[in-house]
Amino acid sequence: MTQLALVIDLNVCVGCHACVTSCKEWNTSGTAGFLADMNPFSKDPTGTFFNRVQTFEVGSYPNTETVHFPKSCLHCEDPPCVPVCPTGASYKRESDGIVLVDSEKCIGCNYCSWACPYGARELDEKQKIMKKCTLCVDRIYDESLPENERKPACVLACPTSARLFGDVNDPNSEVSLAIRENGGYKLMPEWGTQPANHYLPRRKTRITIHEDELIRADNPLKKERQLPMPDADDPTLDETTSW
Amino acid sequence: MHPAFSVIFLTTLIGVGQGLYLALNTVQVYSVFKVLPVQDSAHFYALGSLIVLLFLGAGLAASFFHLGRPERAWRSAACWRTSWLSREIIVLPAFMGSVAAWGMIHYTGWSPHLFTFGNGAEVDLSQLLGVIASLLSFTLFLVTGMIYACIKQLQEWATPLTVINYTLFGLASGFLLAAAFAAWKSPGLVEFYGGWAIFTTLVAFLTRTASLMRNARIKYKSTLESAIGIRHARIEQKAQGAMAGSFNTREYFHGATQGKFKFVKWLFLVLVFPVPLLLASIGIGTQSTALLLAAFLIQYLGLIAERWFFFAQANHPQNLYYQTV
Repeated sequence: MTQLALVIDLNVCVGCHACVTSCKEWNTSGTAGFLADMNPFSKDPTGTFFNRVQTFEVGSYPNTETVHFPKSCLHCEDPPCVPVCPTGASYKRESDGIVLVDSEKCIGCNYCSWACPYGARELDEKQKIMKKCTLCVDRIYDESLPENERKPACVLACPTSARLFGDVNDPNSEVSLAIRENGGYKLMPEWGTQPANHYLPRRKTRITIHEDELIRADNPLKKERQLPMPDADDPTLDETTSW
Repeated sequence: MHPAFSVIFLTTLIGVGQGLYLALNTVQVYSVFKVLPVQDSAHFYALGSLIVLLFLGAGLAASFFHLGRPERAWRSAACWRTSWLSREIIVLPAFMGSVAAWGMIHYTGWSPHLFTFGNGAEVDLSQLLGVIASLLSFTLFLVTGMIYACIKQLQEWATPLTVINYTLFGLASGFLLAAAFAAWKSPGLVEFYGGWAIFTTLVAFLTRTASLMRNARIKYKSTLESAIGIRHARIEQKAQGAMAGSFNTREYFHGATQGKFKFVKWLFLVLVFPVPLLLASIGIGTQSTALLLAAFLIQYLGLIAERWFFFAQANHPQNLYYQTV
């Protein structure tokens, strides 16, 4: 069974919020209605977003690391927000595993948002219905778009390709490969929600250099030979020949 | 969680209504077995069920203020197979309907005889309907409590004590109101109702204290480590993605100071338990409607504080993502 999802690479996310703005831009003209902003130009502006980028500092100075953390609906394989909905407005699609809210059925009771451990759902202040990430369901199947653009807006906007999109149940997909080979993990596994979205951890690439490796052993002109060292202004191979 | 007054009034008002109805019906059932004297249908049961319906109706009206789209509320009966909220939305009107029918039977006096027990006790339609409504009343306590108890990541709520406390507080406040009602309409029942009101209040004190103790030492399963998946003892949030708050900061934080939070706890502990117990004890002795009514009103005020505290105390794991602007 297909389960579409995002894989977010925390190692390359630079926290630029391009995914946030592109998401808002695409989805505010979506089929479920606009994403309301309250007091956008005055004190205490607030609005509805499907996706937010948060920033965390790990460690104590000077050994700190800044982690930018994009957070949106994780499209859980066992979504706790779906069974609690009294009207059936909150549902998970059989065909591709996307969790959606039917904007015509939602009564705005907030109960699904209580049941979500991740705070992925937001009540729209104007329309008074629950809003959440749709994985750009109105875009990924749109055959009027070129095939390489049939992806969520956030994925296309990411300048560092920190966001991958695909079927996590297909072992040969790009996302499954990334999860498998780069240590992809789930958020809050303790609640048994089986989030479909995965995160790739920060990675440090280190090489070990021994002291003798710092000196070229196969130096043709012995410019850096140990004893006796030639004068620094003696010609080297690079300076005497033209390749 | 942010306590919403719509839900506070809903849960406390229907609790009183359910408790009062159970008090009325207990006397009817007892009178069949000749444990308690038979009461006047129109003056006692019909008027009593009207008061029950006023409480239930007020609770139902309050619940609509919780909905973003109240005009679509009828849809919410659809998912009773999975959703406790949907079940409540079915059971509450069913309970109200059966109480209304039961009250009308008593008011009109039309109650066909159904069958006779071996000891000669006769069962008529009002008694059968009364027992059905009683079962619905207990079911409503269960489904209301389970709305909160079934959300496992709200660990303060995810305990059978939630359902037990909802039931006992409903019974205590309902029987206390019944005692005041009896002092007005049928003084012979004051001791029976008052006794049960005191008993349920005392038991509720034990179970609510148990849940306070449980919640004081709760160990949260989610940490910032599991929330963002980074293994480190010191993680500090620097930005939450919005400068001036969002739905996530409004809905899940109670926003009260630590002082107010603690004050409400002690307020409800005083108003729900010792004060009504004292007033009710004097009121039962003196058969005073005013004292018993005062006991009920003070306990009801205390229950509003109790419900506020119940909501405010619940700590949602999503708050881990919203610690700093």
